[in-house]
Amino acid sequence: MVRILATALALGLAAAPALAREQGAEQATEQVTGFTLDNGLQVVVIEDHRAPVVTNMLWYRAGSADERPGVSGVAHFLEHLLFKGTDTLEPGEFSATVAANGGRDNAFTSYDYTGYYQRVAADRLDLMMQMESDRMVNLRLDAEDILTERDVVIEERNQRVENSPGALFREQMDAVQYFNHRYGVPVIGWRHEMEALTLDDALAYYKTYYAPNNATLVVAGDVEPEAVKALAEKYYGVIPANPDLPERVRPSEPPQTTERRMTYSDPRVAQPYVTRSYLAPERNPGDQRPAAALTLLAEVLGGSQTSVLNQELQFRRKQVVYAGAWYSGVSLDTTTFNLTVVPVPGVALEEAEAALDETLAAFIETGVDSDQLDRIKMQLRASQIYARDDVERLANRYGRALSSGLTVADIQEWPEILQSVSEEEIVEAARTVFDKRRSVTGWLMTEEEVTQ
Amino acid sequence: MIRFALVIAGFLAALPAWAQTDIREVTSPGGITAWLVEEPSIPFVALELRFRGGTSLDAPGKRGATSLMVGLLEEGAGDLDAQGFARATEALAAQFGFDGSDDGVSVSARFLTENRDEAVELLRLSLVEPRFSQVALDRVRAQVLSGIRSRATDPDKIAGARMDALLFGDHPYGSDPAGTIESVSALTREDMIAAHRGALARDRLYVSAVGDITAEDLGPLLDRLLGDLPETGAPMPAPVAPGFTGGVEVVQFDTPQSVAVFAQPGMDQDDPDFFAAYLLNTVLGGGGFKSRLMSEVREKRGLTYGVYSYLVPKDLANLYMGSVSSANDRIGEAIGVIRAEWARMAEAGVTEKELGDAKALLTGAYPLRFDGNGAIARILVGMQVDGMPIDYAVTRNDRMNAVTLEDVNRVARELLDPEAMMFVVVGKPEGV
Repeated sequence: MVRILATALALGLAAAPALAREQGAEQATEQVTGFTLDNGLQVVVIEDHRAPVVTNMLWYRAGSADERPGVSGVAHFLEHLLFKGTDTLEPGEFSATVAANGGRDNAFTSYDYTGYYQRVAADRLDLMMQMESDRMVNLRLDAEDILTERDVVIEERNQRVENSPGALFREQMDAVQYFNHRYGVPVIGWRHEMEALTLDDALAYYKTYYAPNNATLVVAGDVEPEAVKALAEKYYGVIPANPDLPERVRPSEPPQTTERRMTYSDPRVAQPYVTRSYLAPERNPGDQRPAAALTLLAEVLGGSQTSVLNQELQFRRKQVVYAGAWYSGVSLDTTTFNLTVVPVPGVALEEAEAALDETLAAFIETGVDSDQLDRIKMQLRASQIYARDDVERLANRYGRALSSGLTVADIQEWPEILQSVSEEEIVEAARTVFDKRRSVTGWLMTEEEVTQ
Repeated sequence: MIRFALVIAGFLAALPAWAQTDIREVTSPGGITAWLVEEPSIPFVALELRFRGGTSLDAPGKRGATSLMVGLLEEGAGDLDAQGFARATEALAAQFGFDGSDDGVSVSARFLTENRDEAVELLRLSLVEPRFSQVALDRVRAQVLSGIRSRATDPDKIAGARMDALLFGDHPYGSDPAGTIESVSALTREDMIAAHRGALARDRLYVSAVGDITAEDLGPLLDRLLGDLPETGAPMPAPVAPGFTGGVEVVQFDTPQSVAVFAQPGMDQDDPDFFAAYLLNTVLGGGGFKSRLMSEVREKRGLTYGVYSYLVPKDLANLYMGSVSSANDRIGEAIGVIRAEWARMAEAGVTEKELGDAKALLTGAYPLRFDGNGAIARILVGMQVDGMPIDYAVTRNDRMNAVTLEDVNRVARELLDPEAMMFVVVGKPEGV
C-alpha cells in the first residue's frame, strides 16, 4: 500500500505543467499548445505522434442555451444544415469529400456549444481545415433542403425522446429545475417550435454566432503546433471577426426557495426509479475548488460499487438495484448535482427516496472514509495516464471546457486541484448542495402506480 | 529465477498506421499464444481475452446462465467478497471489463505498469477463483431481471428479439442471451459453477496485449493468469440455418415512432466474395451519410434520422440486416423505399464511381481504427478469432482494392434477395 501511494503521488505531481517539462520524454501529462489568431480564433493543439492520424474539431461557443425564445432547436437544426452546402460545395459534398479521403465526420450540439469534427489521415488536415473554415461563413441554403432536414430532426426527436419515457421524464425534470435559464429547454427543441423553424431562424443564429472570435479550433494527433498555426492563419486568419458578437449573458435563475416535486407516468416504463437534481455551482475560471469538491462528492456517493449509496442501499439494506450520483462541472452557467436510486421489486418509490435521504444525512454526520478517498484519488491520477491513450477524448475534454468559460490553465490545473480536496471540503460541499429547497425530485412510474 | 524460454514467431507484421510497431506472436512457456504490440510510451497495458462460445453454450433450460456467470466474475473471488474485490481493483486503478455475447466471453483489462503484478493477480482470481456466493448471485440476478423487464418495453429491443426468434427459433441465437424472467429466477450457484467450467477454458481462448510490456514479461504473465483454467470446456453448439420467411411482421406497441429491423441471408467471413459483399453494403447502406439508403430515405425524403444495413457474420449463422425508424404514419413509405433500393441494387448493381468511393472510404478508414492500445488489442483478438493471418492488417487494403466492379455486381445479383428479406416493425405503423 505504501509503495502504491508513493508512486501515485509522483504521478500526480507530474500532471503539473512545470514538472512535466522537467520530466521530458517521461512526462505524464498531455502535450498541449495554445494560441489565438488576430481575429480572435482560439487554437489548441494536442500532440500524439504514435499514429499518423488527426482529429480536426471546430467548436462554436454557442449552443441551444444561446437561442432566442420561441425557436428552440434552431442551434441543432443549423448544425444539420451545415452539411447542406456552401458557395463552393454541393449539399452532401462535405461529408462525401471526407469519406473519399478515408475519414469520417460528424457534429454535435449541446447547451453551451456546437462542434464539428473530422478524423482523417494526418496528411489530409489541410483539406479539412479548408472545408471547415469555408462553412463558417459561406453557407448556402436552399428552402427545400430546409424542409426535408426539418423532418429529419423531428424524426431524431422521435427516436431520442418521444420513444423513450426516460428521456421524456428528464426533459420535464430539466424544465422544472430551470424556470428562467435556457438549460430548461431541450437541446433538440420543443416539438411544436421545431415544426415551425424557418430558414430565417437558422440564418439569424448562423450570422450571430458563427465567427472566428466565437470559436475554438482543437487539432489533436500527429501534428506539429507550428504547422497547425500556419494552416489556421491561411484558412481562418482571413475571416474577419464579428464585431457585433453579443456578450454571453443568459437569463439567470431566480433564487429557488422551495422544493419542487413531480411524477411522470408512462405504460412503457418497466423499471420505476427516483431521481433528484440540486442546483450546484459549475467550474469557473480561476475558481474551481467548489466544483472539485462536488466532483469528488459524486464519486464518494455514487461512483462505484464501493460508494456510499451503493454500499448502504444496494449491499446493506438491499433496497435498490442500483444507485448513482453525477455532477458535471463543465457548464457555462449554474449546473446540477444529480442522484438516482432504482428500487428492487417490492420497495416503493417513497421508501427508496426515504432511504436515500437517510443515507445522505448519515453521510454528512459520519464524513468521508479516508481509504475510499485514497482509492478515488489513485484512480483519478491513473486516469491521466489512461487518457493519453485516447487523444480524441482529450480533444473533446479541451473543446468542452474552453467552450464553457474555462481556460487552458484551468484544464491543466484541474487534476491537481482534485488531488488537494480534503475530506472536510467534501462534507462541506454535501452540506451546502443538499438543500431540498434548491432541488427537484422526480418519480418515474408505470401507469399502474399512478392509480394506487 | 529461471529465465523463461520464449517462442516468438519469425513473422513480424507492420501495421499500416502504427508506424513503428509490429505485431508479434508470442507463445508462453506454458503454451498460451498471444499477439503482442509493444508500445512503451504510456505506462500501462491493454490486455484482451476472448473465449469462443459465450452465451450460446447455455445448457438446455439454463438460459441466461453464462451471462449471469460473467456478471458475477467481478463480484467476489478468492478471499475477497464483492466489496473487497472492488476496493482492491480501485486501489490499483486497474480496469476490468467482462462481457458475454452470443459468440464469446470477452475480458478487457487495463492496468498500470507500476502495479502490474498485483493487477494480474486480481484478474486471475476473478477468472479462476470466482466465489459465486449466494448473496452476490441474488443481488446481480435482480439487476439482470431489471434489465430483462426494461428491454421488454423498449421498441428497439422488442424488434431485435422478435427477429431473432423468427430466424432462429429454439437455437440459442433465437432468444435473449440474458435469459427470461423464469429461467434466470431458477438459476442456482451450481449452474454458475457449471457455466464457468464450460465457458472459460483454454481450448477456446484468444489473447492479445498492447502497451508497456515486453514479450519476455508477457509469457510468464499469461501462464500465471490463465494457466489454471481447465484445458477443455463445453462442446460448441452446431451451426444453424436461419428461417427466412419474407414478409412483414408487426408487433403492436403504443409509441409514436415505429422501429423496423430487416434481415435476409448473409455471407460467411471466409467466403472469397466477402470483401465484394462488404463493398456492396458500403454503397447500399453501410457507408454513413453517402449510402443509397441514407440518401433516399433520409436526405431526399426526410423519413428518418438514420437507416443502416450491415453484414452480420456470426460463428454459427450469417445474416444481412438493417434498421430504420420513422413516425408511425411514415414507416410504410420508408420500408417501401428500402425494398425498392434493395431490388434496384440486385438488378443494376453499383457504378464504377460508387465502387471507387467505397474503396477510398474503407481503405482510408482502416488504419484510423488502430488508434490506441485498447482499440488495437480488441482488433488483434478479433483477427485471431476470425482465423486471420498475423499479416492480415498489411494485406487487407490491397485485397480490398483488388475487388472488381464485376465481382461486386455478381455478388449483388447472387446475395441480395428482396423476396427473402423480412421486416419486423414495432409500433403502431400505418400502411404496413
